[in-house]
Amino acid sequence: MLFEAIKLARQTIQRNALRSFLTILGVVIGVAAVIAMVTIGNGTTAKVTADLAKLGTNLLFARPGQFGPGRASTDAKPFNMNDVDALKSQLLDVRAVAPVAQKSVKVVYRAENRTTIVTGTDNDYFVTGDWLLAAGRQFLEGEIRGGRAACIIGQTVREKLFGYADPIGQNLRVGNVSCEVIGLLETKGQSSTGLDQDDTVLLPLRAFHRRIAGNTDVGTILVSAKDGIDTAKVQVDIERLLRERRHISPGAEDDFSVRDMKQLVQTTVGTTTVLTGLLGAVAAVSLLVGGIGIMNIMLVSVTERTREIGIRLAIGALESQVLTQFLVEAVVLSLFGGLIGILLGLGLAWVTTTGLNVPFLIDPTIVLIAFGFSALVGVIFGYFPARRAAGLDPIEALRHE
Amino acid sequence: MTSDRQEAAPLVELREATKVYGSGPAAVHALAGVNLAIGEGEFVAIMGPSGSGKSTAMNIIGCLDTPTAGEYRFKGIAVGQLSRNQRTLLRRHFLGFVFQGFNLLARTTAVENVELPLIYRGMAPAERRRLALGALRRVGLEGREHHTSSELSGGQQQRVAIARAIVTDPAVLLADEPTGNLDTKTSREIMELVATLNRDQGITVIMVTHETDIAAYARRAIRFLDGRVESDVPRREAA
Ligand SMILES: Nc1ncnc2c1ncn2[C@@H]1O[C@H](COP(=O)(O)OP(=O)(O)OP(=O)(O)O)[C@@H](O)[C@H]1O
Ligand SMILES: [Mg+2]
Repeated sequence: MLFEAIKLARQTIQRNALRSFLTILGVVIGVAAVIAMVTIGNGTTAKVTADLAKLGTNLLFARPGQFGPGRASTDAKPFNMNDVDALKSQLLDVRAVAPVAQKSVKVVYRAENRTTIVTGTDNDYFVTGDWLLAAGRQFLEGEIRGGRAACIIGQTVREKLFGYADPIGQNLRVGNVSCEVIGLLETKGQSSTGLDQDDTVLLPLRAFHRRIAGNTDVGTILVSAKDGIDTAKVQVDIERLLRERRHISPGAEDDFSVRDMKQLVQTTVGTTTVLTGLLGAVAAVSLLVGGIGIMNIMLVSVTERTREIGIRLAIGALESQVLTQFLVEAVVLSLFGGLIGILLGLGLAWVTTTGLNVPFLIDPTIVLIAFGFSALVGVIFGYFPARRAAGLDPIEALRHE
Repeated sequence: MTSDRQEAAPLVELREATKVYGSGPAAVHALAGVNLAIGEGEFVAIMGPSGSGKSTAMNIIGCLDTPTAGEYRFKGIAVGQLSRNQRTLLRRHFLGFVFQGFNLLARTTAVENVELPLIYRGMAPAERRRLALGALRRVGLEGREHHTSSELSGGQQQRVAIARAIVTDPAVLLADEPTGNLDTKTSREIMELVATLNRDQGITVIMVTHETDIAAYARRAIRFLDGRVESDVPRREAA
């Protein structure tokens, strides 16, 4: 009987193909929205998590001034190399402490030029940023102390300025300074915020200060804690040391901030979760609208087929059999909508994730839930019309025009 | 029907059956006390002017409706006491209907139409198909099994309707103006078919008609007037 009902439902839907399609559009859109956003969300989260792993989970960074919600950037005193040295020598349980001073500068090689981020730092930067060298070498002790202009370049800079030529040993002009390319970084691709991490040139900090920045400021200090060490403890140590060095009296607020990279990324993921919830509500509303659409068309269908229902009842269909038939028809309709919605949603998600360069991950659970929900919509909104069909008086129904 | 033949409880029995539509001064007494008994194997024509209650009586006999007062017994069962579903089961197992104006399912093939009552009996598809094809053969519709209703002539559609009514081997075939929409020649063919079913397979036939020459196929004519049985006569010599 159920099989018959499904067969019959399929026939009826095929006969009214266009109308059926318009009817299920609401369900299609609702399901597609849910599937797309969950799949995109999963991909983004996976990407962020992967980035997090790439960052090294134990990364902290310190910046002058307070930042965060509701705080304007302050003109707090910047760090300098002495702060970095103090951290390097006094912090326990850290693998690396890297100074970072950055400026956007034009770099020129022969006829090619490009404006890129130039970073003044030291070899600890390779540890904190988890950078590997594709070619060449890190900075020598002499280059760091003497401030000789040697530079290490990222893959994007190599590609734009050198093409397929080997950049090692070539002279690059960074701002007004000529420097020898001594190393080439491995590619890292986009950061979770969408910046090209390979569009970079590294200089020894001292050379950067003297020849590019014209000051001795250190914008950020990156600290990489040892594996298995609680970053919260390291964070407290850094804060204590910096307060001391910056002569902040007890009770006064910090004029710098130390953040755990992991926390920062988690905040971003949290924002995504809120967004997901919001879109979920939109999807629920459109499923509701879709359900009402199905109810409406089923009521129309019951009226149109009054005579048919009369015949069926007269020749021996029980109320429950007619009820089942119409209920199955509604469920088949909405399941069909759900199926199209799932495919559409996955398609949308695929396009978007490919565009955003995040992984395309299908979550079977949400696909099943979407499928289940569309069936539920069919049952709930198909029940009333089916009830009405089953309750028809066969004599009246047969007389219906 | 010869009176010397002793019969058990009649197949169909109406006792002082009334049917009232509406209430108060606007009430219509479609049936005003009908007494009627029809035995197994009979071929009865119900006649009478329009509005005399023929269809109302047929609906009650067909267990589609119940009398307002009085009693209706089918095979000795008081139908008025049954639930809607129980009446459906009676129809499913004992009654075949040929409705006025065919009432086939549109855009459905002849054989699918005939299979319809078997579906609700939960019969397996292969068995269903076999029986339906057999019924279509009995009504002379070989070669038309897979035509849809709109591809069949009026007479052919009525044959499909008869096949649908007899496919379940019913005890009673109920036909309300089975030839109402058909020309004389086709009407005659249909009536020959019905008469054969009655004679050869012993199906009890109760048929409403306006036309005397159609009623002539039956062996008993019951005439209604104003919701009552006006006359009830055997017509042996007919056909
Ligand atoms: N559902 C209904 N509601 C109200 N009155 C009805 C209903 N069905 C039948 N009637 C009335 O009952 C009376 C008998 O109707 P019925 O259909 O039995 O007549 P009939 O003998 O079959 O007539 P016809 O030959 O025209 O088909 C008529 O006066 C009709 O108006
Ligand atoms: Mg009538």
